[in-house]
Amino acid sequence: MEIVVCIKQVPETTNINWDPRTGTLIREGVPGILNPNDKNVLETALQLKEKHGGSITALSMGPAQAEEALREALSMGIDKAILLSDRRFAGADTLATAYALSLALKKIPKVDLIVCGEESADGMTGQVGPQVAEFFDIPQLTYATEIEIHGHTIRIKQKLEDCHRILESSLPALITVERGCNIPRIPSMEQIMEAYRDKEVLLWGTGDLEGNSEHFGLIGSPTQCRRVYIYKAERRRVQRLEGKTDEVARKLIQLWQQNNLI
Amino acid sequence: MSPKNDSPGEYKGIWVYVEQKHGAPARVSLELLGKAHSLAQMLMVEVTAMLMGEGLANQGEELIYYGADRVIIADDPIFKDYRTEVYSAVIVSQVLRKKPEILLVGATCTGRDLYPRVAARLRTGCIADCTELGVDQEMRLMIASKPYFGRNVMADIICPLHKPQIATIRPGVFELPIQNRTRKGEIICAEEHVKEEDVKVKVLDTVSLHVNGAHLEQAKKIVAGGMGVGKAEGFTLLKELADLLGAELGSTSLPVDVGWVSPERKIGQTGKTVSPQLYVACGISGAIQHFAGMKNSEFILAINKDPKAEIFNFADYAIVDDLYKVVPVLIQELTKSQAK
Ligand SMILES: Cc1cc2nc3c(=O)[nH]c(=O)nc-3n(C[C@H](O)[C@H](O)[C@H](O)COP(=O)(O)OP(=O)(O)OC[C@H]3O[C@@H](n4cnc5c(N)ncnc54)[C@H](O)[C@@H]3O)c2cc1C
Ligand SMILES: Nc1ncnc2c1ncn2[C@@H]1O[C@H](COP(=O)(O)O)[C@@H](O)[C@H]1O
Repeated sequence: MEIVVCIKQVPETTNINWDPRTGTLIREGVPGILNPNDKNVLETALQLKEKHGGSITALSMGPAQAEEALREALSMGIDKAILLSDRRFAGADTLATAYALSLALKKIPKVDLIVCGEESADGMTGQVGPQVAEFFDIPQLTYATEIEIHGHTIRIKQKLEDCHRILESSLPALITVERGCNIPRIPSMEQIMEAYRDKEVLLWGTGDLEGNSEHFGLIGSPTQCRRVYIYKAERRRVQRLEGKTDEVARKLIQLWQQNNLI
Repeated sequence: MSPKNDSPGEYKGIWVYVEQKHGAPARVSLELLGKAHSLAQMLMVEVTAMLMGEGLANQGEELIYYGADRVIIADDPIFKDYRTEVYSAVIVSQVLRKKPEILLVGATCTGRDLYPRVAARLRTGCIADCTELGVDQEMRLMIASKPYFGRNVMADIICPLHKPQIATIRPGVFELPIQNRTRKGEIICAEEHVKEEDVKVKVLDTVSLHVNGAHLEQAKKIVAGGMGVGKAEGFTLLKELADLLGAELGSTSLPVDVGWVSPERKIGQTGKTVSPQLYVACGISGAIQHFAGMKNSEFILAINKDPKAEIFNFADYAIVDDLYKVVPVLIQELTKSQAK
């Protein structure tokens, strides 16, 4: 079975800057980590491969440093890694991201299953998975917590707000996996060394994809950030309750009673 | 991919996708109908509700009472269970035929599954998880805002060259409109046929879950804790206070991430949006992502030991102290006052 996993490097949330002109995140030079949910993606794919054989390719789009996320994937046991990196991919919204990822997917022969995370820690849209499925023209099975494959059929347990559903589809298909649906393996020092020393990360630019260059990156993104601003909450007239704690508590209870809150 | 619509001017009107469960519309869809109604007045266009499912014959009127001028109903046994493939086929077909300029969707699990895909097929943008909506009347543009990365940053997102402009909006952001039973409108049956043989995905089983804290959105009182609570047992203390007040327990995202509280209790941009009469915030700093989910609370009490905490800017009452000193005394005094 041929599995492709889409994984993403996300900035460490404490260190964030954006381009004041385009409103897009500046990712270069900001320390990144593998999107936590995408560790579940890798673990899901590795477990399926252990059961059914085949090989796994990890695919990521991002600046050069996103290679680190792919090396991490390789150290966990992923077979191949491809990084889509090119200035012209920069500033992509979910549609332009999914478009580029799907063109890369089309170059990988006989893909049976694509695994994405439910959500990234920075974009947090959960849109890339479904949009890749659309461009690749295959069914999508989202919010998966359990996955089973029998021959050419995949079955997942899907978690929605207030129910679980069992969905079944033919392959090829795309699934998005829930955060925390499994416990990702931790690679050994040896495996990490190997991933950096013996394995290769293929680097593809816009020239390697057969697509319309107008649909990549910022110019290919229908959504734009018009304004980024510091939010000023409408200040309320805050009243400080001071004094001995039991007095404060009694004052508060009295206030609540006056306002019919208790 | 078509970079732009050929004639975006042809696109007119606001649509609300109405999600339903066993025939009953989701609350968020009704909230969106109310908002769509006010945006439509600014753009001088009509509001259309798009409803899909099985056995919906009597549902149209209610949507009109909530603000729709027109209801399109796709009613067929094949639409009984929500399935991306089937639903997206029908919606795309209706959109291409009737050309709305704005399409609003609840950011529920199924809304967030369906609309990115619909948008990709239409080659337009889908703005995810908005917490505010407006329009630029002159440019006829929807402005969808949401908290951005970082602590107190918001972003206005637009989709200027493509139609329809699609946005998913968090449940609870807008008020439930008041029904107006005198409103009249048009109800249209969508003639859409999908054959089961052509559908690749089957729903084999559905099991309802009992979800704890599912009623946060409707709660009149909430006691919420943040990282300042410091440990899982701290939430047991807050629960005790909550029970005395007849309140629900809530949380910021971090205590959920570290496993002190179950995810259903998360409040904020990526959690629930609440609007209680009383919100007691314990050990919460007041980051915008959290604020976005509770700013409509009527009476906010903040207990935080840092006098400079952001939350004091939008609280009504402030207790600058250690919550572990304040909450037990508050519990004690409440118990006393209730015994009287
Ligand atoms: C894309 C994105 C989406 C997000 N979505 C959400 C969301 O939906 N909901 C959400 O809540 N957050 C969300 N966040 C996270 C958000 O930015 C903040 O990190 C989070 O809300 C902070 O939680 P907190 O106030 O509990 O913790 P902190 O910011 O760590 O604040 C803890 C506070 O407790 C006080 N304190 C400590 N000890 C005590 C004590 N003993 N007594 C009294 N006070 C004490 C401290 O002074 C401090 O002010 C999101 C972030 C991102 C990037
Ligand atoms: N730049 C990217 N490269 C590879 N995969 C991505 C990228 N962006 C998003 N994804 C995938 O899509 C999922 C959802 O991301 P998002 O839509 O950003 O919330 C992630 O968990 C990844 O699996």
